[in-house]
Amino acid sequence: MAFQSPERMSPALLARFARRRLAPNRADLMTLFLIAGLAVLIAHGAQQMGRPLSQLSAAPISLDIARLPGYAVLTTLRMFVALAFSLLFTFVVATLAAKSRKAELVIIPALDILQSVPVLGFLTFTVTFFMGLVPGQELGVEAAAIFAIFTAQAWNMAFSFYQSLKTLPGDLDEAARQFGLSPWKRFWRLELPFATPALVWNTMMSMSGSWFFVVASEAITVGKTTVALPGIGSWLAAATDRGDTRAVVWAVATMAVVIILYDQLLFRPIVTWADKFRFEQTASQDPPTSWFYDLLMRMRLLPRLFGSVPRTLDQLPPLPKLPRIRPPKPLNPLLAQALDWLWLAAVILGAIGGAWLVVRYVGETLRWPDVMRAFGYGVLTLIRVLVLIAIASVIWVPIGVWIGLRPVWTERVQPVAQFLAAFPANVLFPIAVGAIVALRLSPDIWLSPLMILGTQWYILFNVIAGASVLPTDLKEAASIFHVRRWQWWRDVALPGIFPYYVTGALTASGGSWNASIVAEVVNWNHTKVEAAGLGSYIADATSNGDYPRVALGIAVMSFFIILINRSLWRPLYGFAARRLRLD
Amino acid sequence: MTLTETPTRDDVNLVEVRKVRHVYGKGAGANLVVLDQVDLSLKSNEIVGLLGRSGSGKSTLLRAISGLIRPTEGTVMVRDAPGDDTAHGVAMVFQSFALFPWLTVLQNVELGLEAQGVAADERRKRAIAAIDLIGLDGFETAYPKELSGGMRQRVGLARALVVQPAILLMDEPFSALDVLTAETLRTDLLDLWCEGRMPIRSILMVTHNIEEAVLMCDRILVFASNPGHIIAEIKVDLPQPRKRLDPAFRALVDDIYARMTARPVAQPVRDGAFPGMGIGMVLPHISTNTLAGMMESLSQPPHDGKAELPTLASELQLEADELLPIAETLQLMRFAEIEGRMIRLTTAGKRYAVAEVDARKQLFAQHLLTYVPLAAHIRRVLDDRTSHQAPARRFRDELEDFMSEDYAEKTLNAVVSWGRYAEVFAYREDVDVFSLDDPG
Repeated sequence: MAFQSPERMSPALLARFARRRLAPNRADLMTLFLIAGLAVLIAHGAQQMGRPLSQLSAAPISLDIARLPGYAVLTTLRMFVALAFSLLFTFVVATLAAKSRKAELVIIPALDILQSVPVLGFLTFTVTFFMGLVPGQELGVEAAAIFAIFTAQAWNMAFSFYQSLKTLPGDLDEAARQFGLSPWKRFWRLELPFATPALVWNTMMSMSGSWFFVVASEAITVGKTTVALPGIGSWLAAATDRGDTRAVVWAVATMAVVIILYDQLLFRPIVTWADKFRFEQTASQDPPTSWFYDLLMRMRLLPRLFGSVPRTLDQLPPLPKLPRIRPPKPLNPLLAQALDWLWLAAVILGAIGGAWLVVRYVGETLRWPDVMRAFGYGVLTLIRVLVLIAIASVIWVPIGVWIGLRPVWTERVQPVAQFLAAFPANVLFPIAVGAIVALRLSPDIWLSPLMILGTQWYILFNVIAGASVLPTDLKEAASIFHVRRWQWWRDVALPGIFPYYVTGALTASGGSWNASIVAEVVNWNHTKVEAAGLGSYIADATSNGDYPRVALGIAVMSFFIILINRSLWRPLYGFAARRLRLD
Repeated sequence: MTLTETPTRDDVNLVEVRKVRHVYGKGAGANLVVLDQVDLSLKSNEIVGLLGRSGSGKSTLLRAISGLIRPTEGTVMVRDAPGDDTAHGVAMVFQSFALFPWLTVLQNVELGLEAQGVAADERRKRAIAAIDLIGLDGFETAYPKELSGGMRQRVGLARALVVQPAILLMDEPFSALDVLTAETLRTDLLDLWCEGRMPIRSILMVTHNIEEAVLMCDRILVFASNPGHIIAEIKVDLPQPRKRLDPAFRALVDDIYARMTARPVAQPVRDGAFPGMGIGMVLPHISTNTLAGMMESLSQPPHDGKAELPTLASELQLEADELLPIAETLQLMRFAEIEGRMIRLTTAGKRYAVAEVDARKQLFAQHLLTYVPLAAHIRRVLDDRTSHQAPARRFRDELEDFMSEDYAEKTLNAVVSWGRYAEVFAYREDVDVFSLDDPG
C-alpha cells in the first residue's frame, strides 16, 4: 500500500519567521553558502565511510558534544544515500511492474509481503552478508546500515509509483501516443510528472519511517561481533549503555534540529514545487508554501549559472533515432493464456522452493515446540498491538476531531504531529526504561506503550486531516437539525474521518510491530528490561547470533502482520471506500 | 503569419477505411461488437462529420484512423500508410482537451514537435506561430488550470495544428464547453478553414450534436449502434456561413433526427431500441424522475400527448443522444410510442401523467414487470425462494453471458432504480442482495 497524502502539508513552522523580504543578491549568497556547506559535509562524510574497520574499533564512539554535529551529518548522509537507492529501485521496479504483466504478477505480491516484513529482524542477515562482501572495511557495515534504511523506505515508494503508472489519465495517455512520444520522452513528460505528488508524499513518509531504523541499525551486535558506526544511533546506544541522560537529551535535541532542517530545506521546497504536478484542472485554493523555495526562486545569480543547464541539455544532438517499436501483433489469446499459466506455474514453483529452503534451514535445529513458542509470543505481541491501537484511538480520535474542526488549531498542531511522527521514538526509550527501573514497574505492561510511542501520531494527524476536510454543508446541516453528542459522533464525525482513521491506524499498527523488536528489550545502564513477546524473541535471537530462531521469528511476525492486514485493515479499507466516500 | 503550405489539390483519398470491424471484450462470451462493416473515405478539402449516439462506435473509428487502436478486422489506410503507424499525417483534438497540466501553453503546443525531434529554436518559432493563429497570444506562459474551457480547447487545437497534419481528427471537440463558447470556437475554426489558413487538408470530426454537424460539415455519416455501422451518408450543400434559422437548415436537421430514430425494418416494433433480447437487453440508466418529467411535459399543452422529437429536444434543452434513450425507455415500457420523428403517449402514459404518487407507482410496477424481462426475472426468483432473497452477483453473472461487464453493471443499476421506485423489490448495496423486504 502506498500512503495517500491526507492533505497538502500545512504551512511550515519556520516559514513565518523567515518570510521577510530578502534582496535577491542576498538570497544568492545565502543559497550559495548553504549549498557549499552541504558539499563540504558530504565530502567529509564520504571520506569517513571509506576507512578500514580496524580504525573504527580503535576510535569508539565518544560522548563529546563537539562530535555530535559530525555524527548527525553522517547519519543523515546514510539516509539520503538509502533514499537515492530507493528512488532508483522505485523507477526501475515499479515501471517494470506497470509495463509487463508477467513482472507484475511477481513484483506486486512481493512488494506487498516485503512491506509487511519486520525490517529490523533482517539486520542479522544483512550485516553478515555485507561484511562478507567487503571484508575488513567500514564500507561493508555502512552498506548493511544503508540497506536496512533502504528496506524501510523503498516499498511504499515503489507502490505509489506503480499505482500512479496504472492510473494515468486515459486522455493524456492517448495524446502522448497520438503525438508519438518516445518511451523516454513519455516518462519525463507524462509518467513522472503525474506520479510526482504521490511519490513526494511517500518519500517523506519513508524518510520519517526510516529514522527509526537508522537509530536501530548503526550500533548492532550480531553474535560476538559488535559494530558501532559513527552516527547519532551509536551515540545513543553508547549513552544508553552508560546511563548518560545528558547525552541522550543532546541526541534528542540534535535529531530534532536535523529533522527540522531537512524538512525546511529539502522537503518543503519540493512539496511546493510538486504542487504544479497535481492532476487538477483548477488552481488549488491553498497552495503549499516554503520560504526556502521562495528564496531559491528569488535568486539572481545562481539561475544564470544553473538555469542554462536544461537548455544546454536540450540543444545536445538528439539520440540517434531508433527504429520505431511497433506494438507487437496481439498473440492468439489461447496461446497468450497458456504462456500466462506457464509463467504463473514457474513463479509458484519458485515460491514453494523458497519456502522449502526456509523450512529446511529452520528445521535443522528447531522442532515443532519452538514454532509453537514463537506463535505464542506472536499472540502476546498481537494483543499488545491491538490494545495499544485501541487506547491510542480512544485518546487521539476525539482530540484530532476537535483540532481538525478548528482551522486555527489545525494549522498550529498539524506540523507538530507530523514532526512527532517523523521523530524516532526509540531515542526516548532509554528515558522511559530509566523510569521503569526506578519505579520497579512490570516490564510486561509498561514496556508496551513504547511500541506505539512513535506511531500513534499517524492516527492523530490523519484524523486531523479527515476532520478538517469535513464538508461545511454537512457540519451546517448537523447543527441546524441539532445533532449533538453521541449522535453527532456516530452520524457526522466518525463516518467522516473513518477513511483517514483507517490509513492512520494501519500505518500505526505496521510501525508498532516493527517497533516491538526494539521496544520489548531495552538496555539502560547495564540493566536489561524485557517483556515477553515476539519482538524480544527476535531481538534476543539476534544478539545471540541464533540465525534459525531469527528466521523463525521473522516468518511468524510476517505471518501475523499479513494476517492482520488481510483480515482487519483491508476489509475496513474496502468498507471505507465503498460506503463512506464523500463525493 | 499563417502556417499554410499550399495544399496540393489532388483527388486521392486521404483516408480509406475498408470493412472495419472492432470487437471489445474478453473471452469468448462477452464480446461487444462496436463497429461492423464500416467503410469510409476522406478526400481533400472536406469536413466530414461522424454523427451518432453514444456507443455507436464513432469514437472507436476515429481512434482506429488515428492509429491509437488497431481494428479487429479490416484495413485503415491513411495517405496510403497503414493506420497503426503513428508517424503519419494526422493529429487529434480531444473532447477533454487532454492538456498536460504541468506544462505551460507553449510547452503543450510544442509537445508533438518535441516528439518529432524538431530543434528547439524551430520548435519555438512554429509553436508561437500556431498560438498566434489560434488566438492565444499572451497566454504562452500560462498553465492550463489558469485557462477557461474555451481557451484550453484552443490550446488543444494549436497543439494539433502545429505538427502540420494532413488530416485533423476531432473527437467531440466542443461538447465539454458551454453553448456560447462552443459557438465562438466553431465559428473561429470555420473562418480559419474557409480562409485556408490552417495547414490541414481535411477535417474528420465526431459529434453527437446534429446542429453542429449540419453547421460545420460538408458530409455527414450517420451511425447507428449495436453494432456500430453507417446508416446514412448526407451531403450538406448549404453555403457557408450557415444560419441555424434557415428553413433548409431546419429541414436537414429534422431529416437527420428522423434517420437517427428510425428502426431497421426487420426488428420487431416493440423491443427494437435496445440491443439484446429478453433478460439480455442492455438497459440505459434513466431516472424515474426523468421518465415522469418527460411524460408530464408530453401530456401538457401545447403537446397534448404527442410531439416531434426535435422540437421536444430544443424545448427541454436536451441533445439528441440524451433525449432518445428517455424516449426509447418510455417506448419499452409502453408509456409512449415512437414513429419517425414523432413521439406519442400511450393511454397508460397519459394515465401516469395525471395520476397521484401511489397510483403512478402501481402503474409503473405493472408495466415494469410486464415489459422489462429482467425486472420480471428478478421478481420471479425472489418469489420462488423461501428466503425471498437473492445475491445480485447471480443476476450480474447471468447478464454477463449476454453483454460486457460494464453494460451488465449499468443494466442492473437501471433495473435497481426502477424496481426500487416501483417497490417491486428491494436491493441492499452493502451486502449486494436483492430481496422482497419492505423496510416500511
